[in-house]
Amino acid sequence: MQPFLDGVLSHDEVVEAQRHLDKCNWCAKRYHFEERLRHYVRVATIEPMSAELKQKLAALRTPL
Amino acid sequence: MSESAPSTAEARRLAEEARARVRFEEEALELSDQVYRVARRLAGSREEAEDLVQQTYERAFRSWRQFTPGTNMRAWLLRILTNLNIDRGRRQQRSPQTTSLDTEAGDYFLYNKLEAQSPDGAVDEDRVLERLSQDSIVDALAEVPHDFRDVIVLVDIGDFSYADAAQILDIPIGTVMSRLHRGRRILKRNLADTVVPT
Repeated sequence: MQPFLDGVLSHDEVVEAQRHLDKCNWCAKRYHFEERLRHYVRVATIEPMSAELKQKLAALRTPL
Repeated sequence: MSESAPSTAEARRLAEEARARVRFEEEALELSDQVYRVARRLAGSREEAEDLVQQTYERAFRSWRQFTPGTNMRAWLLRILTNLNIDRGRRQQRSPQTTSLDTEAGDYFLYNKLEAQSPDGAVDEDRVLERLSQDSIVDALAEVPHDFRDVIVLVDIGDFSYADAAQILDIPIGTVMSRLHRGRRILKRNLADTVVPT
């Protein structure tokens, strides 16, 4: 399931995994939970960069 | 006149190089939000992340000629950042020992635990995810030992491929996959501690 979630399976493997999920409720429930949890973690860990840092980085540019 | 010809060519070359440099710097700066986002989770604190990103850009702008145009600049920047992070001696810090706990926690540890707990065996995903505050997720991730966390941060948060993550961390791709797998288990075990009352 991890490689499937990571999108690294071949086309045939994806078809096979999808077919399995269609008929196996046990895996399907876990798959959807994993997918949502991963998305949730990704969103929750976003912390915007401070404006000060952004300015500091811009100031590193070579003067024209 | 014959003397000015080479210097004109030289001037043109310099002008072209200056333009390439400006393009490089602009492209790098456009990626800074994404670089910071990954850096913030690789580093232990906001201050550390900010220092790392700043040093990364200083180094990148100094050695911009080493970047091969057309290749993945975000991965190139993260490679610099990761090396700086290692230079800071983070690796020497004692990471919390992973106990055998994570080997007991399977891929579906969290889900199984939730399922076992609900009276009718149905897991209400919305309610579970609501219980996970942003802080609890950030803490759960921060508690994953760094070797595993680095890979999770690059792949799951930074959207890097296994191959890019392997290159950035200078480890084999198989190691990326095994650390990712184990790291995610550890993360879910940590989350289970928050979500599932014992």
